[in-house]
Amino acid sequence: MSVRREALLWGAQRLSAALLALCVVVHLATMIYAAQAGLSAAQILARTRGNVAWLSFYSIFLLAVLVHVPIGLRAVLSEWLGWRGASRDAVLVAFAAALAWLGARAILGVFL
Amino acid sequence: MSTLQVRVWRGGPQGGDFHPYQVPRRASQSVLDVVTHIQRMLDPSLAYRFACRVGMCGSCAMTVNGVARWTCRTHVDKVCADGRLELAPLANLPVIRDLVTDMSEFFDKWTRARGRFQGRRGRHDDFERVAPDSPARKQVDAAIECIGCAVCYSSCDVVAWTPGYLGPAALNRAWTLQRDVRDAAQAERLRAVAGDAGCHACHTQLSCTERCPKRISPTSGIAGLKRDALAAALKGEL
Repeated sequence: MSVRREALLWGAQRLSAALLALCVVVHLATMIYAAQAGLSAAQILARTRGNVAWLSFYSIFLLAVLVHVPIGLRAVLSEWLGWRGASRDAVLVAFAAALAWLGARAILGVFL
Repeated sequence: MSTLQVRVWRGGPQGGDFHPYQVPRRASQSVLDVVTHIQRMLDPSLAYRFACRVGMCGSCAMTVNGVARWTCRTHVDKVCADGRLELAPLANLPVIRDLVTDMSEFFDKWTRARGRFQGRRGRHDDFERVAPDSPARKQVDAAIECIGCAVCYSSCDVVAWTPGYLGPAALNRAWTLQRDVRDAAQAERLRAVAGDAGCHACHTQLSCTERCPKRISPTSGIAGLKRDALAAALKGEL
């Protein structure tokens, strides 16, 4: 692992963390509002279907997760299991791909 | 006069355990005074290390009631409310004997972090002027008073998990040189301290900053190194 890549990964994790801080606050506020207002599933879907603003917001949220989580998990695997190198990175890419699939499915489920 | 119940770790690289001693309690007594009393009055075979006794040399650090401290400037009053003291060698360093640790690896890491000043000027050049109130010099001033006691290194969980990690003291030293406008080896040093054995391994848990007896914040310096490394990486200079 080059020190340059390490520095860039650190920058990516910091940037994605800043995005996540914002996204999580908006997401929680939305969830609390939906629960407090007693919105039904049908009422929620009526607000999200075809709504490009929500699609964009959750797409950015998902992208931030896809950057942040594998980098953090990479440090956990290195420090706790001593697992480094190409095999670890391949597993993390596969993990990120699984997250992307699940996240995209959830976003499109309420948009389409 | 009351008595302190002191347990001192005795042993070597193969292991050891705590031995009990009773030490007279005195006014303004430091933890180092307690250790010295044990060695001079109770058990001359006890090995420990000290030199200046005034908080300058950095040689008397030990684990006192579970916390790494400089013992010469730690009053018994401050750490011993119930009359009991437990003294052990510093963590994260190999034990030589009793309270004495081998600090070779600790200082080797300063070398690996390129902790040596490398100037540009020769003996025939004029002195370089450094404004004391310049931002870079202020950052150096905040971090320069390290005495090399290894309290930060002993308190760092990342050092415990990742033995190759350079540690807070070596990285703090590197940081002071990265902000020294006279230094000519900053690009090489940044390459030496970046990466997962260097500043990027730090989890910002702040144990080093909390425990540093000189009230330095190695965490701040390490964060500065991370920012410098990112800036250099984005410019293609790392």
